[in-house]
Amino acid sequence: MLPAAALAGVGGRLVRISLLLTLPIAISVVLVSVFTRAGTTVLFTIGPFDATAEGVDFAGQTLVRLFAISTSIGLFGLTTEPRSFILDLERRRLSPRFAFVALATLEAVPAMVERSSVIASAQRARGLDTEGSIRARLRGILPLVGPVILSSLTEVEERSLALEVRAFGRPGRRQLLWRLPDSGRQLLARALMLGGLLAAIALRLAGAFPRLP
Amino acid sequence: MLELTGATYRYAGYARPVLHGVDLRLDDGEIVGLVGPNEAGKSTLCLVASGLAPASIGGDLKGTLTLDGTPAAGLKTHELAARVVVGFQNPNTQRSGIAATVFEEIALGPMNLGLAVEETVARTREAIARLHLESLIERDPQRLSGGQAQLVGIASLLAMRPRHVILDEPTAQLDPAGTRLVGEALRALAEAGTSLLIAEHKTDLLDEVCGRILVIDGGRIVMDGPTATVFDDPRLHDLGVEPPARARLARALADRGVEPAAVTAALAQGLGA
Ligand SMILES: Nc1ncnc2c1ncn2[C@@H]1O[C@H](COP(=O)(O)OP(=O)(O)OP(=O)(O)O)[C@@H](O)[C@H]1O
Ligand SMILES: [Mg+2]
Repeated sequence: MLPAAALAGVGGRLVRISLLLTLPIAISVVLVSVFTRAGTTVLFTIGPFDATAEGVDFAGQTLVRLFAISTSIGLFGLTTEPRSFILDLERRRLSPRFAFVALATLEAVPAMVERSSVIASAQRARGLDTEGSIRARLRGILPLVGPVILSSLTEVEERSLALEVRAFGRPGRRQLLWRLPDSGRQLLARALMLGGLLAAIALRLAGAFPRLP
Repeated sequence: MLELTGATYRYAGYARPVLHGVDLRLDDGEIVGLVGPNEAGKSTLCLVASGLAPASIGGDLKGTLTLDGTPAAGLKTHELAARVVVGFQNPNTQRSGIAATVFEEIALGPMNLGLAVEETVARTREAIARLHLESLIERDPQRLSGGQAQLVGIASLLAMRPRHVILDEPTAQLDPAGTRLVGEALRALAEAGTSLLIAEHKTDLLDEVCGRILVIDGGRIVMDGPTATVFDDPRLHDLGVEPPARARLARALADRGVEPAAVTAALAQGLGA
């Protein structure tokens, strides 16, 4: 995973992000497994807890797995632009409606964050308390929830009409404008990875890898 | 040609109709203006004339809509969309919410029609050129000013290359330059044979581009005639419609006993001298 990230030029960021993501889980895994796992080889003792060699072994294995999962997710996130990913899936026969929902969600998140901060400043301008204790904040926000939801509901009808005017309901596929650049080498790399995955699953089923105790 | 006859329309879940026996005919290449006070039924007429009411929003329509000889009643919404488009007054609800750039936003309609890429790009470029949006094509559609969003909304409709265009207050958020731009684009469309219905409170724009004006009040067409005749009619004021500046000036001069023709002549002479 790390050489791939280095190749993509995101090695440093990937390590930092994965460490940040896994650190809290990693610490608890180490503490819990090292001290609570039953084992015969006691390394040292703190109060009522014994640190066992089996526990250390287990913690090590779990950490490696955690890191493998978090680096692969992190590498995907760092190198894949979500929009292109969805559009390429649509090209590969993902339902256009599903693609619409995914794209709309992507576009809506920053807008919603922005909108909520606008609403919050509007509340402050009207003298409502959006800072301070949780109860004070709730009291400030509640009177605005109704109107905000209602106004976005009436907008929904007009929005869907506007989409229909632009032939959104037409059955069949739409013609996408861009094609992601793809090369024979990328295809080969994908095939090798898929092959590797299948081989790993087969080996695992055949019992070639040790199971966690 | 778009023709609506004897349209009486009731929104779903309401007992009383909002439109009563409305007749509307848009000839090819004609721009018709629609004016009337608030609540008169302008937006409702736009929905009915585009076929979206009842095809999409339901409700009950008596009367018929025909588009170039085809009855609209049997058409699905995407079939309607290829013939007639309607723009709403709030540009925020016009936005698809799935495009990352203005170019993609405008291209969305032709893409949905399943057109070939070259055709989609050609139509999109044409719509962009009509409204002079070249400088905006890379921008995020969510971060436009109200006026820019309104222009992009209109361009997205024009990219569909419809035979009929219906616009509900297309210039509500536009400054005078933007309004003039829309006026020019509408005239160019009409010259190419498109028929247009424009509901607007800005009668100055209608005065410039429309050949005919409909006045609606309480869901009924109360006046229908050539632009100059309707806008010079003294009853307009009582209907809550402000006539264009040209008509108001002519009226003010006439009230003071000055013949408008004399003013025009004097101006022409003054400019010539
Ligand atoms: N979705 C709806 N459901 C029920 N009634 C509606 C709906 N939209 C409008 N109406 C009613 O229809 C009547 C005409 O409204 P419409 O929006 O067509 O007026 P308008 O001429 O466009 O007004 P404005 O100048 O304010 O835009 C109003 O009495 C209104 O309350
Ligand atoms: Mg209206």
